[in-house]
Amino acid sequence: MNFGQIILALSGGVATSIFIFAVTLIFSLPLGLAVAFGRMSKNPLISGIVKIYISVMRGTPLMLQLMVVYFGPYYLFGIKVNNSYRIWAALIGFVINYSAYFAEIYRSGIQSIPVGQHEAAKVLGYSRLQSFFVIILPQVVKRILPSVTNEVITLVKDTSLAFTISVSEMFTTAKALASAQTSMMPFVAAALFYYVFNFIVAQGMDLFEKRLSYYR
Amino acid sequence: MALLELVHIEKAFDGVPVLKDINLSLEEGRIFSIIGPSGSGKSTLLRLATGLEELDGGEVRYDGRLYARAQDGKAEYPSKHEMKELQSIFGLVFQSFNLFPHKSVLQNIMDAPIRVQKREKTEVRAEALRLLEKMGLPDKGGQYPYQLSGGQCQRVAIARALAMNPRILFFDEPTSALDPELTGEVLKVIQSLKDLHIAMVIVTHEMAFAKDISDEVVFMENGVIVEQGTPEKVFSSDNERLKAFLGRYQGI
Ligand SMILES: Nc1ncnc2c1ncn2[C@@H]1O[C@H](COP(=O)(O)OP(=O)(O)OP(=O)(O)O)[C@@H](O)[C@H]1O
Ligand SMILES: [Mg+2]
Repeated sequence: MNFGQIILALSGGVATSIFIFAVTLIFSLPLGLAVAFGRMSKNPLISGIVKIYISVMRGTPLMLQLMVVYFGPYYLFGIKVNNSYRIWAALIGFVINYSAYFAEIYRSGIQSIPVGQHEAAKVLGYSRLQSFFVIILPQVVKRILPSVTNEVITLVKDTSLAFTISVSEMFTTAKALASAQTSMMPFVAAALFYYVFNFIVAQGMDLFEKRLSYYR
Repeated sequence: MALLELVHIEKAFDGVPVLKDINLSLEEGRIFSIIGPSGSGKSTLLRLATGLEELDGGEVRYDGRLYARAQDGKAEYPSKHEMKELQSIFGLVFQSFNLFPHKSVLQNIMDAPIRVQKREKTEVRAEALRLLEKMGLPDKGGQYPYQLSGGQCQRVAIARALAMNPRILFFDEPTSALDPELTGEVLKVIQSLKDLHIAMVIVTHEMAFAKDISDEVVFMENGVIVEQGTPEKVFSSDNERLKAFLGRYQGI
């Protein structure tokens, strides 16, 4: 098997990896904002529960969380799951994990905005919703972009963890190929894939950051 | 009927009284200055009048209509709709400007009239440009706040408040955050608002300015109004505390 064939063999897995990556971002970015609001809630019950959720998500390995989501329904409730549940479990696991991380990033960003911004908006008659989405959030986005970039780059690499529940993403395929071929080449191809993927991500985020650099 | 009425205002922070039985009434188009030592409660009074702080006691009325009141230490407000209507009567200029950094000068001025008051964009734009002209910043519309000096920022903030067509404008030490050489330009702009016949309440440490612009001067200390009246009366008062306070300022 030459390198080109290896790449070809991995391409199905690549699509799955990109799929996990995209779905995780699409859901966890907005969900993280909701979680951040829960964390900042004045209701101590809500903020307490959310705080525990975040600390569990950040304090335990993602690999283990994926296993809990995948095996939990059977071991805990005796629900038989079929093969197609694997990818669902991976997506659910990634989304709930990354929502927690993004929530903390949002929270620190929101709390870093000077209170005068809220007050100016309030006196000008903005509703709370308008004030948040028109005045606060755009400034938050700019401030948290570097942390979000870090998290997104970690996510690219974390997609490989889906192999723990045998989702046939790119890394799972690469491992299988490597042992079948007794060759390092599939790993080299995998490394190349992650590197290029992250290079593109970093470039994209950089562009985004530049677009927001029109103000300070 | 008075445009603004503050009736028996009480406010405490963590059990420490900061405002004690404040009564103040302001007619349309009148200009009041509030002077007093640091910590006397001047900012707190403006913040109560503009809804940024909750009352512990008393009432705030605009046009005779209830804006906020407190009974047994609990603040009460009228309906959302009524609040919104009363909100449009006043504007507030902060010591630290609080311009929106991600919006251009023009957007800072135009956004609220369009978004909050639902006014026509072209009309708002024309008014914003007129206001910038009046502020002496005719060519700054496309700039962002970080590109402006403090004095220019404050003038934009004044334009932003004026664009809402308020009938009363509150200023909380509008020049205190500025370098001394930029103070004059902002005071001059505030002075020039006199012919708009907007009522103004100005908290300031600029005594000459207060004396010059005000119909009435209010001297506060330790959360109470100690002296109130025409500038002539207040600045020549023989109240010992007022005299001691004024003594700290030169050139009066
Ligand atoms: N949010 C707050 N929490 C607790 N105490 C406060 C708060 N805001 C103001 N105070 C206290 O209330 C008192 C009055 O404060 P205020 O800011 O109204 O004074 P001021 O007259 O505006 O003073 P300055 O001239 O320094 O601006 C001060 O003792 C201040 O420490
Ligand atoms: Mg003050």
